[in-house]
Amino acid sequence: MAGQVATGARSGLRSALPLLVPAYLWLTVAIFMPLSAMVFFSFMTELPLSGKAWSFTLDNYATFFAQGLYRTLLLASLKLGLEVTLWCVVIGYPAAYVLAKVFRGRSREAIFLLVILPFWSNGLVRIFSWAMVLREGGILDTALNAVLPFKINIDLMYSYPAVIIGLVHSYVPYMVLTCYLTLQAIDDSLIEAGRSLGASRLQMLKRVIIPLSMPGLVAGAALIFVPVVGSFMEPRILGGRTGTFYGTIIEDQFVAVFNWPLGAALSFILLAVVLVILALASPVLKRAA
Amino acid sequence: MAGVQVANLSRSFGAHKALDDVSIDFADGGFYALLGPSGSGKTTLLRQIAGFDFPDTGRIAIGGESVERVPVEKRRIGMVFQNYALFPNMSVADNVGFGLSVRGQAKPTIASEVQRALDLVQLGRLGGRRPHQLSGGQRQRVALARAIVTKPRVLLLDEPLGALDKALRVDMQIELKRIQRDIGITTIFVTHDQEEALTMSDRIGILRDGRLVQEGPPEEIYDRPKSEFAATFLGDANIFRGDSTGTGIRLPDGTAIAAAAGATLAAGARASCAVRPERIRIATDSGTSDPNANMLRGQVSRRIFAGNSSTYFVDRDGQTLKVIVQNTGVERLAEGQEVVLRWSPESTVLIAAN
Repeated sequence: MAGQVATGARSGLRSALPLLVPAYLWLTVAIFMPLSAMVFFSFMTELPLSGKAWSFTLDNYATFFAQGLYRTLLLASLKLGLEVTLWCVVIGYPAAYVLAKVFRGRSREAIFLLVILPFWSNGLVRIFSWAMVLREGGILDTALNAVLPFKINIDLMYSYPAVIIGLVHSYVPYMVLTCYLTLQAIDDSLIEAGRSLGASRLQMLKRVIIPLSMPGLVAGAALIFVPVVGSFMEPRILGGRTGTFYGTIIEDQFVAVFNWPLGAALSFILLAVVLVILALASPVLKRAA
Repeated sequence: MAGVQVANLSRSFGAHKALDDVSIDFADGGFYALLGPSGSGKTTLLRQIAGFDFPDTGRIAIGGESVERVPVEKRRIGMVFQNYALFPNMSVADNVGFGLSVRGQAKPTIASEVQRALDLVQLGRLGGRRPHQLSGGQRQRVALARAIVTKPRVLLLDEPLGALDKALRVDMQIELKRIQRDIGITTIFVTHDQEEALTMSDRIGILRDGRLVQEGPPEEIYDRPKSEFAATFLGDANIFRGDSTGTGIRLPDGTAIAAAAGATLAAGARASCAVRPERIRIATDSGTSDPNANMLRGQVSRRIFAGNSSTYFVDRDGQTLKVIVQNTGVERLAEGQEVVLRWSPESTVLIAAN
């Protein structure tokens, strides 16, 4: 069956070409060209825009390997990516399951809207509103002290948990959406068949539902892990001094230090590392899916 | 193995009564067909017996044990779904072994039981395949093997042959019947295909609007339907309506039709008579073979030739009657021809008007 689809796709390629051209033209202009400019920058000694003399060099890449700081920060960012992805699975998968298998009709639409609401609000507004919630004397602190009989101090602002909370909030909708799509495609009669064979809910989840929704989990994880590793806004605003990560260092090169060549080189090292991780993980993930 | 008793079962969804006071005794080891049009409640009844849904009132017993509040995973039933519902992420063998594996059986036991079940459905060598590599008929067999490998107390089939084409369906009917006899499992089979119900089952229950219309062996329901609905839903029937004479009916034009089967009704009540199309003899002259036979005159309006038989539509006093004749010779009646229809009172079933 897969073979038939492939042949069908090949013979239809010529007629599909006019449909593909706009997208590829746009990708060329909007992604490929700026990206190749960045590759070019990453091998320069100076930014050509400043009018100074420049030459080609590998120093920018060498800097990464020469200074342990960059490696430490990259590892911290990868750990951050992993943690945020895990929290997104823990929070997003059950939500997607309930959305796909429990709710029907109007109530499903309403809950769905709530899930994708973060997408519709501005990222900065989202992060600053978390700052309002998490700081000492903020909404969370005040609310808890109003309810609890004893005095507690909640000041999560400028801490690692604050960064995690902000990032999970921003990225959990991706996990909900990708998992919802695969879960919804699972025929309810499969679950009924499993139950009729004596399987408990947990056994069904482990042996049928999670394996069948693995493509959604993998897609969601990739969509979340990659941008979180390079993230800089949430770490900077919610993390303060503790929020120095690989992404914020790259941002510094572009907006503060104006060392674009180093910033570009660090970006491509990140890209390479992420690609290697995805390549190493793909056989495992493919087997699971 | 066990019999199933359903007593006074009712289930409503909002204002809709899906099941209305249904009682049926499913005999141990029997093959029972639940027959009815869509929306008649037959699938609701099957799902109640399976335990996917609980009744509002009434009792369900499997092997004498009350189960109406026991969830499906604890009822020890086997079920085959209309779309087969095979797990696409598992091989055929893993699908069949699923029920044993979730019960924590040892791997070698599972492997030998699975092989036995696959042999039984004649798929012994396909255990390593994935469901999507199988044909519709093969998937059907895998679903059956998966349902019976756990040795359930009762086998429930929800229109299992509905998705197969005609030729394959007939093969599977024979196959299913053979397997059911081999293992002697109580089987309840939901279908809307009357032919399937007639050929496969020991007993048939006809449902309509959530109520049990009639139940009994196929011959009994076919030969002595108790309602116009049962007569026309299971097989074809010519229905005459008139006033009861106690031993038949009198049509509005005064013609008497004698009935030797069916209900006993007081004279004068509204009543119907049902006659199967193949019980009517059709001729061009009025002959004198049997003086007791019912006789009507009419005119052939249409003839449909179907190889081994021909169906004649005969117009008579504003009613079109259907007559099926085996083509034992080459003589045929032409459309427009005046004919005489004859049939015996024994083939005529008296039915109370509904």
